[in-house]
Amino acid sequence: MPKITYEGKQFDCEEDQTVLDCLARHGVTYPSSCQNGICQTCLMHATEGTVPAVAQKGLKETLKLQNYFLACTCKPTEDLVVSEPGTGVTQRVVAQVVGKKPLNHDIMRFQLAPDDEFEFRSGQFLHLKRDDGLVRSYSIASLPDSDTPIEIHVRRMDNGEMTTWLHDTLKVGDAVEIQGPVGECFYVPGNPEQNILLIGTGSGLGPLWGIVRDALKQGHTGRIHLFHGNYDINGLYLMDELKQLARDNPNFLYTPCVDSHAPEGVEEGRVDAVVSRTYSDLKDWKVFICGHANMVDNMKRKTFLAGASLQNIYADSFVDSSKEAA
Amino acid sequence: MSDSLYDKIGGEAAVDAAVDIFYRKVLADDRISKYFEGIDMETQAAKQKAFLTMAFGGPNSYTGMDMREGHAHLVKNGLNDSHFDAVMENLGATLSELNVPAELIAEAAAIAESTRNDVLGK
Repeated sequence: MPKITYEGKQFDCEEDQTVLDCLARHGVTYPSSCQNGICQTCLMHATEGTVPAVAQKGLKETLKLQNYFLACTCKPTEDLVVSEPGTGVTQRVVAQVVGKKPLNHDIMRFQLAPDDEFEFRSGQFLHLKRDDGLVRSYSIASLPDSDTPIEIHVRRMDNGEMTTWLHDTLKVGDAVEIQGPVGECFYVPGNPEQNILLIGTGSGLGPLWGIVRDALKQGHTGRIHLFHGNYDINGLYLMDELKQLARDNPNFLYTPCVDSHAPEGVEEGRVDAVVSRTYSDLKDWKVFICGHANMVDNMKRKTFLAGASLQNIYADSFVDSSKEAA
Repeated sequence: MSDSLYDKIGGEAAVDAAVDIFYRKVLADDRISKYFEGIDMETQAAKQKAFLTMAFGGPNSYTGMDMREGHAHLVKNGLNDSHFDAVMENLGATLSELNVPAELIAEAAAIAESTRNDVLGK
């Protein structure tokens, strides 16, 4: 009889019983609605054990790869450790700060070398924990290659306790704890000809910089078009690197945008307007959107109305407190 | 046995095809789009998938109570028969676009119609 571990408690799951039924029978109420594997209310994350394929039907590719499943259709065949989505921390390691460099006036790049293996996919985020327990989340801009350090882009926030500490106090040679990874905003191989649209504002470029290079490294042949927008030119960064990447890869296009006073080579207009006037039909495109929450919500809607399927829209909102910057 | 409405419409594949089309129509419909502002799109799409599955006669655990509770805050904000009619119209148009025969559309519409009082808290 498989055992289900949830919130530190272990339950026996009887034959032919679903995870949802098993939890309910033991007095644990987990959110659910249709109970037929359709509405996805009862989404769970298996941090240990393998779930039957049927329990992953209808989920996004990136969720399947991370062992997410629906509790109402999952009849386990082996022991599982399960948790609510986004809460299952699978890895905790200490990492040394090996690089700290300003990318523009308010965004700092940190390079972290984990003491132990830390598996992730470019574009996912990690939780960074300070000694006193303060935790914030930052998206990963580097490639999952054990020779290169993990890279995060941190924008200084007004009154942001963690970002102020990171910018002003943390230095090369210090150690921090990192946990994770979390998030479904990453490249999935298997459809190399699909066109990919990436839209970012501010330090939302961090995860997109990782996703673009990951897609190119994995041999993506379809168009990959990145739009990075900011209020003014000072907020853009990695421009030289991105232009070089575009020269080296004919299928990669880079469009920097600023709201006003655009210099030569930069589009003028808010990034949502620039994207909309560039692409009116996004049927069959894959879309990644990272940055300010309002922009993300707006672009999710716009790209969906322009024909992108919801299954193909991946987004990461940077909310002020729990995810301070990138 | 493959003569249920759900099977005739095309089962899960039909629901998958319908959900994007239906949701896009709803969001683009000025009569009702305001009720969808500020709502997480994935969560909403999943609910619509459950709704469409039910309307297509597929597996569901529909309870009028869920529909009442889920829409009560919208009813307070003026949700009424005209909005329900708009959703019904979008449902019909979605199925037509997917070339579902008229008699099956009528069957699905009748199921969806049966939720009207629960949705509107009557």
